[in-house]
Amino acid sequence: MKLLGKRQFRMDFWTWVKIIVILALCLFIVYPFYTILTKSVFSTKVEGITLYNFTRFFTKPYYYKSLLRSLYVCFFTVLASTAIGVPIAYLMTRYNILGKKAMHIMTILSLMSPPFIGAYSWIILLGRNGLAAKLFTMLGLTAPTIYGRGGIIFVFTLHLFPYIYLYTSGAMNSIDSSLEEAAENLGMSKLRRIWTVTLPVILPSILAGCLMVFMTCLADFGTPMLLGEGYVVLPVLVYNEYMSESATDPFMASALSVVIVICSLLVLVFQKYVIDKRNYQMSSLRPPVEVQLHGGKRLLASLPIYIVIFLASLPQIVVICQSFVERSFSGMVKGINLSNYQTILKRLFTNIKNTYVFSSVAIVFIVLVGIFVAYILVRKKGKVASLIDMLIMFPYVIPGSVLGIGLIIAFNRKPIILVGTSAIMIISYVVRKLPYTVRSGTAFLCQMDPFVEEASINLGVPPLKTFFTVTARMMLPGVMSGAVLSWITCINELSSSIMLYTGKTSTISVAIYQEVVRMSDGTAAALSTILTLTTIISLLIVFRVTKGKVKIV
Amino acid sequence: MSNHVTIKDAVKRYGDFTALNGVSLDINEGEFFTLLGPSGCGKTTLLRMIAGFNSIESGEFYFGDKLINNIPAHKRDIGMVFQNYAIFPHLTVKENVAYGLKARKVPKDQMDAKVKEALELVQISHLADRKPNELSGGQQQRVALARAFVIEPSVLLMDEPLSNLDAKLRVQMRSVIKKLQKRLDITTIYVTHDQEEALAISDRIAVMNEGRIMQIGTPSEIYAKPQNPFVAGFIGVSNYLDCEVKPDGKVNIKGELDLNIPLRRQYTGKAKLSARPEQLFFTATGMPGVIQFSTFLGDFVEYEVLLNDGQSLIINEYTKDHSEVYENGKNVFISFDPLRVSLYESESQEVLSL
Repeated sequence: MKLLGKRQFRMDFWTWVKIIVILALCLFIVYPFYTILTKSVFSTKVEGITLYNFTRFFTKPYYYKSLLRSLYVCFFTVLASTAIGVPIAYLMTRYNILGKKAMHIMTILSLMSPPFIGAYSWIILLGRNGLAAKLFTMLGLTAPTIYGRGGIIFVFTLHLFPYIYLYTSGAMNSIDSSLEEAAENLGMSKLRRIWTVTLPVILPSILAGCLMVFMTCLADFGTPMLLGEGYVVLPVLVYNEYMSESATDPFMASALSVVIVICSLLVLVFQKYVIDKRNYQMSSLRPPVEVQLHGGKRLLASLPIYIVIFLASLPQIVVICQSFVERSFSGMVKGINLSNYQTILKRLFTNIKNTYVFSSVAIVFIVLVGIFVAYILVRKKGKVASLIDMLIMFPYVIPGSVLGIGLIIAFNRKPIILVGTSAIMIISYVVRKLPYTVRSGTAFLCQMDPFVEEASINLGVPPLKTFFTVTARMMLPGVMSGAVLSWITCINELSSSIMLYTGKTSTISVAIYQEVVRMSDGTAAALSTILTLTTIISLLIVFRVTKGKVKIV
Repeated sequence: MSNHVTIKDAVKRYGDFTALNGVSLDINEGEFFTLLGPSGCGKTTLLRMIAGFNSIESGEFYFGDKLINNIPAHKRDIGMVFQNYAIFPHLTVKENVAYGLKARKVPKDQMDAKVKEALELVQISHLADRKPNELSGGQQQRVALARAFVIEPSVLLMDEPLSNLDAKLRVQMRSVIKKLQKRLDITTIYVTHDQEEALAISDRIAVMNEGRIMQIGTPSEIYAKPQNPFVAGFIGVSNYLDCEVKPDGKVNIKGELDLNIPLRRQYTGKAKLSARPEQLFFTATGMPGVIQFSTFLGDFVEYEVLLNDGQSLIINEYTKDHSEVYENGKNVFISFDPLRVSLYESESQEVLSL
């Protein structure tokens, strides 16, 4: 006892890593958000600290209506996505759907494709002078409009129902088939079995999917910006308030940002205290058996899936086709060739280069930080780890445009001036896309046997060397598959890029947005095709490497 | 070099919970020493303290004369076999076994020779280039063993190494481990909750419960002379009967039977008698009872006998002594082997019998 006093506090490697990670997160997440918070309680109209912006928000229809619109769009998108996603998940897990694997990959592809490309494609199809719209007119019908709230919900739903599908099918695959057999054995009919046993058991997973859809809708900027026209939702309003050339009001934009973040936080809190509590731990001893349908029945079961996935993939197809069509200024087709690609290579080469350079640099940081952070979260549990966990996941509730504003306000004055640099773009990518890699790294590490590390230490390899030679080496596949998802979302990033870019640091996604606004469809389509193909190739690589076991959600 | 291991007054706390409450051990050089106890008794905690994976709150741990309390885990020079083997999944069998030698910077030619010899000892030379996921449980176990002893550690630790194997393989690996340990003459500390395994494999056993050592002894000592009711109940099967030691030294059971049990000291008052099923007999006179149930188990028959006061006892009768199986409902008289049963004070649970 005399030999051992209290355990000494030593500054070991992991303490340093924790300190550096927390400092970096504070600097690039907490500090920007803090500046937004402080800005939101000031105004040019009133002296001192004031709630003027917030009172204005809740009294002026121009402002509060945007919140109502956002909630309206989110709510109905969640409803529609569930109505599509759950039945598809059921069909896909329980029946021998034709080309099941391909369908599964297609769903994930449409989820991972850049969201605003969906909106843009549907404009090509159903917008003014749209291809399909013309078809309707020729048949003497009125084409449904893609603009406004209906269009936003439609495009959101086709883009986001895969979340519901992925969460639900995950739960359905892990449900023990003896549960349903027990219900059958107790005399329940098939439909009532689904209603009384299957659905309640998978409900928490469906709700988790709904949450993802809701949060993505609430934060998304591109789709409502392109389709909304007069229908201004909250993220678009933030952009207008901050960027519009006539009357920029950073104070009001900050207040609006705070409102969005509060909405997201409320949804997250709801999830934590309502959904999480009802999650059932399931150990599937006997996973459900796939029912073998034949002939017409099999076609009938496959058909709804094919229709939905066709609609969801249509934007990518349209964009790729459109990219080869040369048009005159009046919009007449001049020919099928590569002129659009020649144009973008000449005019927008910087954007293309920026997208790949920024994303690549970001991904290097994401992988490095991801491995360290995942290790701390799983193996060095404690108060510091929980704090890091919270900070890392914070960007989930901060929409990209809000983080963009935060970074601008925080770093446009001394001591640190980053606005207009490539660094600030890369920082925003790292901060926002890190969660994918950390999530997949921690999931992988949780399943890894901790005794393997102890075995290495026991055999004489010091802990730190063990981490680099054994642990990090073994975590790599998990981290890499997350990193590819981070990479895909980086190259497709619009909502913070549009806030942060300058002429020199503009990216493909920003260019697409500008080209669409400028009505030059051809170049936008060519740029979109580049992004879409990069996305598809990256995803196929992950599928290949992980043998189809990639976890998107 | 093999070492003797001394542990003085080891204590481990997790918050308010005391996992290890003052444990002292002396383990001889080359001894196969087992920590045996139910889950949560502190045996794995103690093993991990020796390995350096659990901090030592208080107490002194020695290998030979060297205090190891403050030596980090990777410098303790201990071989360890983990419950789930903890084979490196990204390395081949050969690379797994060579891992510890590499850490010790053993020259390449020596390393190859040592790895080869170790693989031969555990009879898996033919698997040298396989990856762990191509191995069965028993083969992985052998890799884990080879990896642990190839570094010629001063002490070998094993944490329930057989618990993930099926029953037949467990018995087989038990003798592989035992023979290997004797051949290599490494001081070995083995953790298990399986009393049969402990009896079969150990030179000495420490029976643990609730963070304390209940008894240390050879397998036969622990089985034959349990020092307290916990050990009597944990190792093998025991019948407990309330009784009273009278002033004349006789032990009276339920007012029905007097036994002459030799006591280690003077005592009168309430006591508890523990008797194993084979320490009870059917006799012409003795305690009356009725046979309730019999189970024929080949070399013996196990009877459940109901006593007058409603307690039931388990009695084994060997078929080589009696070929007849008694019918249920038969009235019998029971007697005890007074030299082999154990007697404890009721209050303190201290042992009274010799």
